[in-house]
Formats: sequence, structure tokens, C-alpha cells
Amino acid sequence: MAEKTAPDTGRVRGNLPPLELYVPEPRYRPGDVVDYSHLPVPPAGQLGRPDENCPASETWPMTTDMIRVLDEEDRAVGPWNPGLDAETLRRMLRTMALTRAFDDRMYRGQRQGKTSFYMKCTGEEAISVAHAHALAHDDMVFPTYRQQGILISRGYPLVEMVNQIYSNRADKLKGRQLPVMYSAKDYGFFSISGNLATQYPQAVGWAMASAIKGDTRIATAFVGEGSSAEGDFHAAMTFAAVYNAPVVLNVVNNQWAISSFSGFAGAERTTFAARAAGYGIAGLRVDGNDALAVYAASRWAADRARANQGPTLIEHFTYRAEGHSTSDDPSAYRSAQEREEWPLGDPIMRLKKHLIALGEWSEAQQEAMDRELVEQVKVATKEAEKNGVLGHGLHHPFHTMFEDVFEELPWHLEEQAAQAIREREIKWPEWKGEGA
Amino acid sequence: MTEENALSLHDAPTRSMNMIEAINDALDIMMARDPDIVILGEDVGYFGGVFRATAGLQKRYGRNRVFDSPINECGIVGAAVGMAAYGLRPVPEIQFADYIYPGLDQLVSEAARMRYRSAGEFTSPITIRSPFGGGIFGGQTHSQSPEAMFTHVAGLKTVIPATPHDAKGLLIAAIEDNDPVIFFEPKRIYNGPFDGYYDKPSRTWKGHPGSLVPEGYYKIPLGKARIVREGAALTVLSYGTMVHVAEAVLAEKGIDAEIIDLRTLVPLDMATVEKSVEKTGKCLVIHEATRTSGFGAELVTLVQERCFYHLEAPVERVTGFDTPYPHSLEWAYFPGPVRIGEAVDRLMKE
Repeated sequence: MAEKTAPDTGRVRGNLPPLELYVPEPRYRPGDVVDYSHLPVPPAGQLGRPDENCPASETWPMTTDMIRVLDEEDRAVGPWNPGLDAETLRRMLRTMALTRAFDDRMYRGQRQGKTSFYMKCTGEEAISVAHAHALAHDDMVFPTYRQQGILISRGYPLVEMVNQIYSNRADKLKGRQLPVMYSAKDYGFFSISGNLATQYPQAVGWAMASAIKGDTRIATAFVGEGSSAEGDFHAAMTFAAVYNAPVVLNVVNNQWAISSFSGFAGAERTTFAARAAGYGIAGLRVDGNDALAVYAASRWAADRARANQGPTLIEHFTYRAEGHSTSDDPSAYRSAQEREEWPLGDPIMRLKKHLIALGEWSEAQQEAMDRELVEQVKVATKEAEKNGVLGHGLHHPFHTMFEDVFEELPWHLEEQAAQAIREREIKWPEWKGEGA
Repeated sequence: MTEENALSLHDAPTRSMNMIEAINDALDIMMARDPDIVILGEDVGYFGGVFRATAGLQKRYGRNRVFDSPINECGIVGAAVGMAAYGLRPVPEIQFADYIYPGLDQLVSEAARMRYRSAGEFTSPITIRSPFGGGIFGGQTHSQSPEAMFTHVAGLKTVIPATPHDAKGLLIAAIEDNDPVIFFEPKRIYNGPFDGYYDKPSRTWKGHPGSLVPEGYYKIPLGKARIVREGAALTVLSYGTMVHVAEAVLAEKGIDAEIIDLRTLVPLDMATVEKSVEKTGKCLVIHEATRTSGFGAELVTLVQERCFYHLEAPVERVTGFDTPYPHSLEWAYFPGPVRIGEAVDRLMKE
């Protein structure tokens, strides 16, 4: 007799309605007219700013509302206005513009076949740049692949970034990592993983270690809203709460995880910042396209951590203006209008207009700066290209493939290295590369 | 005692210990020597761990260095990776090896590759201790031997001691090692060696030469096997609990077998294995883990590749069955004297 393999279906309990599976669906698909009227954009300057030492529960209003500083007239208003001087504002604007110029150049580099892959952060420049400006230079950041603005803010050489992207012989990571997965310990920039959200519990562990040692440095970590669904996110939140770790946990809610909208990470139920409440930690939700708001929230959370008041979860509400990566085509899954009508605007334009409104900047200065930045990136790219581009032979010697698996090379890797080098001599007898 | 062991003793006075005491001693010595060592894990603090391996350490070194963790292996390993990136040397405990899977991604994708992917900028000098293996009626969730999963991963070292003496010396070496080390403790022999007959009373470690543990600091290098017993008729490769079962069976059968306790699976001491197989011409591999794609498959292949012209019989393996560990039929599952005996008989007939 055949075993029954499927459960009975149908109305087994009288007149109860059949259960229905709910599968989220974004509001707009390609070709749809976009209407953002459902999305509340509160006026700037309205939200109160609690003291950094407040109980976590006092931040609840901040997790469901949105911290905004720059108003419709390009003024900085309200209690969250960090009151930055014009010099700092201009530096932030310049770094954000440089990040965009760098992205544009590297995107073209990928299209020209100089590398396999690139990821832009267009529309999210305020998040990484303003966050970096709010930290001490030696705080450790555990980033994702879309925080190149942190490296640029901290003065990491552009040439080194391009070397890494081109996986050439000067790449400090020896051509082992995907492009944009930098590592720069001396710049407080942790090695990037392709496995999502793994850096979250690691950042908490780093922060715990800093506390164990009585250090004053804190850790901050980034994750996209999509990967906040990973178990690691919740492990990190639990550990951060349990040990009151001096860590700032950032969620960049850019609405899209490749082609999955934020609803698949639970965005339809609550905000990402509100998740802090369940763990008893502080939470802030901030306009991610408002550099001053990002700075203020990051600074608040960093000061709180440094004062032994524990972790903060910050949701940066923003929009991923470009595709997920050069391997993605967003026109296949979302309306082109989404980007154009995004109600929080463009972070660079907003900061520029604020500086102009202050009388500290002009359109002419902006144009001159943009030209200068394009040239700066071009020079760095040319310099890096001397060390080779992906697939053109100027890569690290074969033996390096076997190094750093362990501190010392065990016999089996030594044998395999010898084989790889033997194969090279057969496959490419004309090889004139340096070393083995 | 083998040559390497004798060298490591430095004529230090010894004390008879069980394996838990030896592990506790190693942790104590290392924590006293290096303030960067921290221990975290479920119940490891005030209580000292469910097997008592960390007993007394929190009292001695404070809650900053020995502390309980949430029941969250992903968090335990992930936090340890971050601590190591900071510059500490964490020694996390996973209460049972069966529970290591939620932490697997942090081990396999993160700790194992941190040095490689950052070209040495960040490293993961972590020693993950975890009791493993069956023989204590632990059912399917407290008895597994997942070592092969870790030996398959580039960048991890896997260490398994078989005596209190080795447990202390290997653990000290593992903690000092700058790479991530999985330190699996065969819990069936925490309290005494074991001959594979569950219905015979268990012995304690007292009187066993492997229980004589030198006082103070010493280490046994990773990647160095131990010749348990020299012989000319057959090479037996094993580790952990099964070393003792193999010893008992071969003594009972009166076979002049050379028994090698591998001690570390990665890096493997292949030179010692080759030398032995070239001498004996026959090889038997024994482990408790499931058979298919187990570490035995790797050992058999290596012996076949490197010693083929010295072999007088097919290389055999004795393993657990390819099922989860059954609670009530644990002793039918366990690769005991009967299964090993049959393989030995087949090999000796060739």
C-alpha cells in the first residue's frame, strides 16, 4: 500500500476560512508610475534629542520617526543640528563628491574590462562619509561593500583602492578578494566578507575586546537592510545587549537587496531601527540622505558607546540609486521613476545647497571641485594601471596563492604550490613574471 | 612514551590526571602566562562548564576573561573572530560538537580565511574547544564526530588528543598557534581509557602512562603523530577514543601492529604514516565518525597514493555507520572490537 505523502487539504474544520500565505510585493514594478505619498517624510528639526546617557527606552520615538536636520530651505534646524563649521561641511561635501567620482570611474573601468566587478554607492555617500567624520580616526569600522566613503574619508590612497579593484601585482590583498572587498587595518577598516552580516557579531566581539582591555576605541558595523534577516544580525544584537558592548550597529536601508525589496527583510511590519527595542538597546532612525543628520546620529551613538552606555542601532533610510553591482540590471525589477522621485533627494546636492545657503559655497566652486576630483581619480587610476589590470598577467606570483592559508606553509600546500608552478611553465612557457 | 613525548617532558615531575583535569591545567597555565587569552561559552564561567573543564578559572582570572555566553554559537564564534581581530586570543567552548553548526559559517567562511583574505592584516588565533564523539548515551545530538567537515576547510587546523598528557600539551600548542584550531575532546575518554566493550566496567586514567601529566608548561607540536605501539605486521591509523579501542583489540588478538595516534588531522603527519606503512605493508584506518566522505577516506587515499608499491593488502577502514547516532542502539553503532576485529582478520589473511 502506498504511503500517504501529502497532508489532507480542504476545510476539515467546518466553516473556518482556508489559511493564506502572504508573499510581499513591492509597490512598483518597471513601467509603473511611482507615488511616494505613503512614505512619511517628517519635517526637519521636529524630533527631540535625548541625552546620550539616557535609558535606551527613551529612544523609542526616534526609532519610528526620522531624524532630519536639513529642511526644505536648505537650513540646518532643530536639536539634532550638529553645528558643524563650514570647513568641516566643505570637507564632507568634497569627500562625498570624490566617492561619487571614484565610483563613476571604476564603473567605467569594469565596462572596459579592467576588472570583473564593481559596486557603486550612489545616493548613499552621506552615510559612510558623515559616519566616518563622526568617529575617532582609530575606531574600527566593520563595513559592507558599499562604504567606500569611509576609506576615502580616512585618507586611504585611491591608488591602493584601484590596485585592489584591478587585482594587480600591487594589490595589497594579493588578488585574492573580489573587487571592492578592501582591508585596511591601519585605517580602521575591517576586511570585507562576501558572506552577509558576518561582520556584525565580529564588530561586537571587537568592541567587547576593547572593553575587556579598558581601551577607549569603539567599533561600528554596517549591514544592508536585506541582510538584517540573517541570523548573524540577531546574534550580534543579543551579544551587544548582553555585554553592553561599545558598538554602533548601522543598518543601511536602501530599499533593495539585489532585486528583493525591503519587505523581504520584514520592512512592512516595522522599521529596522525599532528592532533595537526588543533587545533593550538604543535605536535611531535617520534620513540617510541628510549628511548632517547622519553625522549627528553617528556622533550621538559613538559618544554613548564611549561613555559605557552601550550599543545603538541606527537605521539609515536611503535609496540605492544604482544597481546592486555591475552584474545587476535594476530596470528589470523596479520602476525607473523610483530613483528620480525619491523624496529625500540626493545627499550631495542637499549638502551643497546647504553650504550655498550659508554663503560658504557656490555653484562655480562646486563645478571646479568636480572637475578637480575627476582629474584626481584619473591620475590615481592611471598610476594603478601601471601595476596591471585583471587578467592581463601582471598579478602576484603563483606561490602567493598558497601563502597565508596558514601562518606556515604545511607540506601538502608546498607540494601543491610546486604543481601550480610546474603547470605554469607548461601552459605559459614565455612567462617572464617575477618570482614563482 | 615516544621520543617526542619524552623530549617534551623536561624531566618535570608528573601528576596523574584525567583528561578534564589536564585541559583545565593547560587553560590555567596559559591564562596565567598570557593576559590576552579569554574564555567564553555557555556555562563556562561561574559553573565551570558542563564537563567542568573551565572550573575555577573565572574565580582566578575574573569575569573579564572567563565569562558565560548566550546560547548562540554564531555569536560565540563571531565575537571570538572580532576579539581575535582586536588582538586577543579567545578560547571559546562549544558545549557539544553537535552544536557547532550555527557557528559554522563564522568558522569556515570567516575565521578560516581571515589571514588569507586580508593578506595577513587580520588573523584568527582562536582555539575552539568542543567535546565530541559518542559512547555516553548522548543520543543523536550529543554524540557526533564532525571532524571531517573541518579538515575539508582550507585554513583550519583540527586537533584531537587521546590521553591527558597529550590533551594538555596539544591544547597549549593550539592556544599558542596563530591560526584557528578546532580542538575536539573525545568525551568518552574524559575520565578513563576505553576498550570498546560497553558492558565491561570503565577504567579510570589512574595507572595509564598517558595520564602522567608533567607539571607546568610544555607543548606537543601540532602536526606530529604519536606512535602508540611499535609493530611490524600492520599499521593502524586512528585518533581520540578509537586509539584505545584499537589498542585493546590488537593486544587481545596478539597482533604485532604499529598503532599511530594521529593527534592532528590538519596538518597531518604523513611522514610518520608513510614510514610505518612502508615497514608493515598493511594499513587499517579507524574512526568513529560516519563512513562516507569521512576523514578515513582521505587517509586511505593518501596511503594508496604514496605507499601503493609497499602495500600487501587493500587499505581498510573501520568507521561508524552512515546514520545519525541512535540513542538506544548506540553500542550497535559504535565501531567496537567486533568490527575492528573482522577488518584485522581480513587484512592479516592477505
